[in-house]
Amino acid sequence: MAQRHLRKFKAIVVGGSAGSLEIVLKIAEALPLAGIVCILVVHRRNDPDSALAHLIAAKSKLKVREVEDKETIAGDVIYLAPPDYHLLVETDVNFALDASEKVHFSRPSIDVCFESAAAIYGDALIGVLLSGANADGAAGLKMIRDAGGFCIVQNPATAEVPYMPQQAINQDAADEVVDGGEIHKFIVEMLQRNTPIRKQN
Amino acid sequence: MEGPILTDENLTLLLDELYQSYGYDFTSYARASLKRRVSRLMMLEKLNGFSELFYRLRHEDDYLKKVVGELTVNVTEMFRDPTFFRALRESVLPILATHPFVRIWHAGCASGEEVYSMAILLEEAGILEKSLLYATDLNPAVIENIQKGIFPLSQMRQYSENYIASGGKKDFSSYYTAKYEYAKFDGRFKKKMIAATHNLVSDRSFNEFQLILCRNVLIYFDKDLQDRVLTLFNDSLEKLGFLALGSKENLRYSSVAKSFSQFSIKEKIWRKGI
Ligand SMILES: C[S@@+](CC[C@H](N)C(=O)[O-])C[C@H]1O[C@@H](n2cnc3c(N)ncnc32)[C@H](O)[C@@H]1O
Repeated sequence: MAQRHLRKFKAIVVGGSAGSLEIVLKIAEALPLAGIVCILVVHRRNDPDSALAHLIAAKSKLKVREVEDKETIAGDVIYLAPPDYHLLVETDVNFALDASEKVHFSRPSIDVCFESAAAIYGDALIGVLLSGANADGAAGLKMIRDAGGFCIVQNPATAEVPYMPQQAINQDAADEVVDGGEIHKFIVEMLQRNTPIRKQN
Repeated sequence: MEGPILTDENLTLLLDELYQSYGYDFTSYARASLKRRVSRLMMLEKLNGFSELFYRLRHEDDYLKKVVGELTVNVTEMFRDPTFFRALRESVLPILATHPFVRIWHAGCASGEEVYSMAILLEEAGILEKSLLYATDLNPAVIENIQKGIFPLSQMRQYSENYIASGGKKDFSSYYTAKYEYAKFDGRFKKKMIAATHNLVSDRSFNEFQLILCRNVLIYFDKDLQDRVLTLFNDSLEKLGFLALGSKENLRYSSVAKSFSQFSIKEKIWRKGI
């Protein structure tokens, strides 16, 4: 296991599928203005009117952007992966979009985004994987963890659909398994302390 | 993605080789997705590592085709983003219809789904006869399909839904004949298409058009290359011509922005010179 040390988290990526919306909104609502980049990848139907972006914007102190091609990355912004494109972190200042094949029947794919974020942010990244009926996300979360990032997985027992978080746990991608209703608090506390928290032991 | 490791140095080496030995210049493409494509190729081909990829590229005749095919993302759909096609149908085609001839360029057309969608729109607007559709792509393999007019039958249900959402009123299946697992589109569409390879990085303008579509191609380019390509489009458009980009692409930040005004608020359609 990667050694735990004090560090400055720069970014947080959150992946969710079926049954994750409520927790996504809670996280968006709880995130403090602390210069953090927040990236959300949520499986959803094509939504040309950006209803999800509006919903999140109504709750959050941070700005909300549905990512466009080569969008500049800034702190205190929640970036939402647009429907029907994969979202990649290209450099620490730019996103890139990709219209390639679906991964795990999904576009955007959580794996694709997580993998690219792990490569750019390394140990300055927090990865979060929520409820879902899909195997997407587990491999990407493992890559975040292997790159030194800190990984939070929703406790499957508290997930509307436990399959996705359970996959991540099975693949040893979790630093911490947290109940759905507690994840937002857990994240905020970690951002305040700028250090990974060990809940158990 | 699991599989053999690909370092940044590996990727640079591959791009140099593709350029020096074969003239394919991918050096101004967005890195993160190129890296994914090469990793994906190594995995699909069950290669042991980058050196095997490199060896095969140099020594196997058909390997270049495979590498280029995988690096260029050829995923496409008919009537992708139906609201975009609805805007073409309702707002752009009536203007094009006033011209004696209509020339349209699909740059980065992949296997031609977008071109056939356009041909159907033109026919329904009553102007297919006086139209010519230029379909170009970097990848020669996908161009062949346009001449054949053959698409997987399994997709037709989805395409028919897209077609209806774009404002189509006909029975979509009247446009093709189903044979085995393929849908073959009527030859009258193909007659109006000119398919050719054209590399947006290195090839020049070859005609003047009233409408250029380049959708989901610029996302793979870095900003400098995007700027060069948008300049090429500007030079290839008639005055008052239209430029259509993918739903998440924009020309706002490019040097040609001032030559265009946004034509549709919701869709990525610009008009030159007003
Ligand atoms: C994702 S597809 C887009 C297809 C279609 N326009 C659509 O939106 O559905 C991208 C296409 O761009 C082509 N392409 C990539 N680089 C190119 C270049 N330098 N010149 C011309 N075409 C290129 C690829 O071969 C691929 O077919």
